[in-house]
Amino acid sequence: MPNKINLFSFLISFVFIFSLGSANNVAFANEEHGAAEHTSKKFNAGKLIMEHVSDEHGWHILTLGEGTEHEKHITLPLPIIIYSQTKGLVVFSSSNFVNHETHHAQAYEGYSLEEQKIVSEDAAEVFYDLSITKNIFALFISLALMLIVFISVANTYKRNPGVAPKGLQSFIEPLIVFLRDEVVKPSIGNKYHKYLPFLLTLFFFIFFNNLLGLIPILPGGANVTGNIAVTMVLALTVFGITLFSAKKDFWIHIVNTPGVPWWLKFPIPLMPIIELMGLISKPLVLCLRLFANITAGHIIALAFFSLIFIFGEMSAGVGYGVSIVSVAFTIFMNFLELLVAFLQAYVFTLLASLYFGSALEEHHHEEAHH
Amino acid sequence: MSTLMMLLQEVANTAVAKAGAGIGAGIAALGAGMGIGRIGGSALESIARQPDAQGDIRSNMIVAAALVEGAAFFAIVVCLLILFI
Repeated sequence: MPNKINLFSFLISFVFIFSLGSANNVAFANEEHGAAEHTSKKFNAGKLIMEHVSDEHGWHILTLGEGTEHEKHITLPLPIIIYSQTKGLVVFSSSNFVNHETHHAQAYEGYSLEEQKIVSEDAAEVFYDLSITKNIFALFISLALMLIVFISVANTYKRNPGVAPKGLQSFIEPLIVFLRDEVVKPSIGNKYHKYLPFLLTLFFFIFFNNLLGLIPILPGGANVTGNIAVTMVLALTVFGITLFSAKKDFWIHIVNTPGVPWWLKFPIPLMPIIELMGLISKPLVLCLRLFANITAGHIIALAFFSLIFIFGEMSAGVGYGVSIVSVAFTIFMNFLELLVAFLQAYVFTLLASLYFGSALEEHHHEEAHH
Repeated sequence: MSTLMMLLQEVANTAVAKAGAGIGAGIAALGAGMGIGRIGGSALESIARQPDAQGDIRSNMIVAAALVEGAAFFAIVVCLLILFI
């Protein structure tokens, strides 16, 4: 009897609170429609998160006076480069896609921007979008940063050989020595110095791009390593180097795995199929792991921030209250993401060196099989 | 009864897909939690048995945790694909 009453009261209170919540939304919506002409944009958390995590054709920095009539978007315009079969090379700035008087999107030279995709007015036109987008510009920025850091460190070593490191060197040297001695040398063995430059570049590329993605404003804030095209290229490069440096034993182990009974190989080549699937799945997993980790981290941090605005729509007081909790959670998430930034770069490099090592391995056919 | 069936069939495509995505993501988190919990537990045990192998054990634990999380992220990506594509 008491259980029934508890369940009943729980259901009643649930329905009551639920209807309260939805009644709130309805009242709010009515107020919106009754209000003036200006479009009061309800905060759309999903759209905000997707905008921050994906690529775009101009670099949007700030919006001043959001929601009022004097909304001002501060954007860094990036070049749109289109190669069309009919018109040839077309280059213009992405600020041409926004009409500066009415602040609405407009078409330019027969192209328009819809949902960050370039659409041609002529539906049959074949064109290639080679624009410098936000991620590509961020790649240039991180490239410049890497060149500055490493060339200056290398010059310092060249000028003063044998001197104790100081300044930027003391940040970079422990990382390089750690990677060389703990990651590359044990995995690859004797020929490690041929692969060391690539693996070090890989590590620092992923690490710097992960860190830059955590900074909320220019020059950071572009989700480069969370772009699946970037991680796919990295994984395919590792795959290509593995295939090119693979010794004969590597291929023999795939087709004719030693120590496996013959009936798994002969009429139906089950073992070779499994080995081939493993060969292809390894770079695929490398690509997905980095992409999913970084993008998921950004989405969670943005979701915590959006909580403030979602609650702020209900009432300003609740918004301020939630902001304390939300900022605390976001700080915690940022620390976690710092760890993830380093860890994912380390795991990518470690797995790449393990794959190189396994491709270079010479199988010692010493034991006699009885 | 038949109108109810028709109605359910109309709604079912999007609603059940979203429910499936949510449940899938939850199960992925469950799997990752269980896996990494086991890894952490055995790492702690082995550090207790031999404290001077701390560094080795710690790096191996982190590598294994990253690999297990990779599998969990596969599932998350599939759920995201259901929701957004």
